[in-house]
Amino acid sequence: MAKILRRERLVPNIHLIEVHAPDIAQKSKPGQFVIIMPDEKGERIPLTIADWDKEKGSVTSIFMVVGTSTHKLSLFEAGSEVPVFVGPLGKPSEIKKYGTVLLAGGCFGIAAIYPVARALKEEGNKIITLLDVKANYLLYWEEKLRAVSDQFLVSARDSYYSCKDYIPKTLQNIIKKGSKIHKVISIGCTYLMYTCSEATKSHGIETSVSLNPIMVDGTGMCGACRVTVDGRTKFACVDGPDFNGHLVDWEELFSRRKSYFDDEIQSLCHWEKNNFPR
Amino acid sequence: MAEKKKMPPELKEMLRVGFNKEWRKELRKSIPAKERMKISSQKMPERGPEERNKDFNEVNIGLDAKLAKKEAQRCLDCANPGCVMGCPVGIDIPTFIKLIEIGDYVQSVRKIRETNSLPAICGRVCPQEVQCEETCNIKKAKGEGVKIGNLERFVSDYESLKGDVYIPPIQPATGKKVAVIGAGPAGLTVAGEMARNGHKVTIFEALHISGGVLVYGIPEFRLPKSILKSEVGYLEKLGVELRENFVVGLTATIEDLKNDGYDAFFIGTGAGLPNFMRIPGENLVGIYSANEYLTRVNLMKAYEFPDYDTPVFLGKRVAVIGGGNVAMDSVRTAKRLGAELAAIIYRRSRVEMPARVEEVHHGEEEGIEFHFLTTPIRYIADEKGRVKAMECLRMKLGEPDSSGRRRPVPIEGSEFIMEVNMVVVAIGQSPNPLIAQTTPQLNVGKWGNVEVDWDTMATSIEGVYAGGDIIRGGATVILAMGDARIAAAEMHKFLSTRKKKPKAHSAKSKK
Repeated sequence: MAKILRRERLVPNIHLIEVHAPDIAQKSKPGQFVIIMPDEKGERIPLTIADWDKEKGSVTSIFMVVGTSTHKLSLFEAGSEVPVFVGPLGKPSEIKKYGTVLLAGGCFGIAAIYPVARALKEEGNKIITLLDVKANYLLYWEEKLRAVSDQFLVSARDSYYSCKDYIPKTLQNIIKKGSKIHKVISIGCTYLMYTCSEATKSHGIETSVSLNPIMVDGTGMCGACRVTVDGRTKFACVDGPDFNGHLVDWEELFSRRKSYFDDEIQSLCHWEKNNFPR
Repeated sequence: MAEKKKMPPELKEMLRVGFNKEWRKELRKSIPAKERMKISSQKMPERGPEERNKDFNEVNIGLDAKLAKKEAQRCLDCANPGCVMGCPVGIDIPTFIKLIEIGDYVQSVRKIRETNSLPAICGRVCPQEVQCEETCNIKKAKGEGVKIGNLERFVSDYESLKGDVYIPPIQPATGKKVAVIGAGPAGLTVAGEMARNGHKVTIFEALHISGGVLVYGIPEFRLPKSILKSEVGYLEKLGVELRENFVVGLTATIEDLKNDGYDAFFIGTGAGLPNFMRIPGENLVGIYSANEYLTRVNLMKAYEFPDYDTPVFLGKRVAVIGGGNVAMDSVRTAKRLGAELAAIIYRRSRVEMPARVEEVHHGEEEGIEFHFLTTPIRYIADEKGRVKAMECLRMKLGEPDSSGRRRPVPIEGSEFIMEVNMVVVAIGQSPNPLIAQTTPQLNVGKWGNVEVDWDTMATSIEGVYAGGDIIRGGATVILAMGDARIAAAEMHKFLSTRKKKPKAHSAKSKK
């Protein structure tokens, strides 16, 4: 069992969870993730590692509340325990001197970008951070990200949901403005990563995404997280989660992520009925 | 398959000593061999197929004392027991059977536990029909050997029910630390042996529940999890430390553990890499690897959804590709989850199926359809990206391949479409690559199997041993245990010849 040290709501629907996990804190590298299970009857779900503290022996993740598992996590208080908190899983992100790196992210991706930006900055890269939020009050970790960025930009829209291609548009504009960008890293929901990859394709900029397929074990033994990259099947949990955004079969990933859509709704309704008074 | 090998002299001696004991001589005299051979084989009571194919409770109910005694009487207590040679770990089968005959169940299970640390499990999942029961001397004479598996299960269940699990004497503490990687059959066996030898053992397990295939692979209706729990509990009584949610290779490497003071290692990480056919459409929604399907159902209890959060498809028309135990487990699980069509699609014929005969037989009774000499060549999607049909090809059998079985050869022009809305690919499991990828000096074969010296189970790194599916690919529990016993003996030898740690440890009193 792993103990929760802290759980707080950062902005509506986005929470931070800090877990006591000294072994994982020692080994965590940017780009890796953990698998967490809220309780004995819960699901195993992956969460990107957003930060770690070797002295304290803790690992921090950010999650967005969408279904049963994240609802359960959002109700934890310090002192609660979870039956599964395992990691660090996945291949770490490649950290080297590229030159100028643009990190584009939104929602839970904002936190996932932080350790990567920090490490790349330490490696001597120029960091442009571009964040997408639906509204200004949904921006979190602004100070942390500003501290590791040379340029910090926010693409905030009103709540008109279908206007999702704004970040790629901003991204396109930055590229067109001329200053050379050597690498783009995009982390966030599938659609955001897909559109950002499309935006950089014609400019031939190396683009890395952190794929988010459904997972069960996270150690390569089940194949639930299989994705097609460059025509070949890869397991996101052991071959990824970072992949070349231009080579991902996005249509297949969108489709596979919807595998349990009806079950997810049924599960949430079932959980709500059992946990909230009428 | 029962391997032809020479009986080790110690085993031969032990059998001889047992055979010549007074009570054994008396027992043999009490019912002459001719009379014993007249007793017919006692049938294992089973739940009816139409009842059992709707739930996950065990199929076999278990022998009762009366049936057990009768079956035990069939055993002739041979001077040269064929059964022992058929057992991959060399259990003293005649002794444990004769102890059942005289009603001393406690001693009987202790006898088994001298060699087999997981008797309640092996009694249920060993393919006895190609091991001890195949080489039983009566089988040659009467066509049906003694039902050794059922007897093993009977006496170990008795012990569990009584709650009086025997803890054998533990050697004085050696001060040596052993890291066992993987809490599957091989790892659990090594842990038990090393703990009994006085070493401090820690098992590192990636999942949150120990057991490996015993917990995520083999369904509840073949192996109840309560049995596994008590077997693991037995290890904890021996002083074994269990660290779950720990992925060696990522959470810490073998090198890190060496620096933490571990003196010897056993890699038992298993065949945790699913094989896919790499045919078009294999990534469509509704197509599972057997590992994923069984993990959702067995480990994450998806059959209790939505009380348990993990979902699983409840396919109405399910095709399971493959012919081994994993395929049989998958197809019978699908049936229990409401499939109207639950079919095995196998490229060879029934005779070549590697699955345990009892499972195929039970499956047939439960309504599983078998499509032999058939293989899928592509999957067809509906407009939502879910599988709705598969295109298959008929096969015929040609010359034997490297496994000794006749090679399937496609029949040109025999393509046909079969409507399915769920597929489980159960064509084999390869060794999980994590340890190999993160342990540079470890020699690994071309399909990911850790290379060992088969006499000692030693890997290319000093102090590091391996056994079970990680060296063989997907195989059986008993073979994993056989490897584990060899490895444990070698590891004990290795640790005994190393310099002792300077800190003195008080010796545990011998029981």
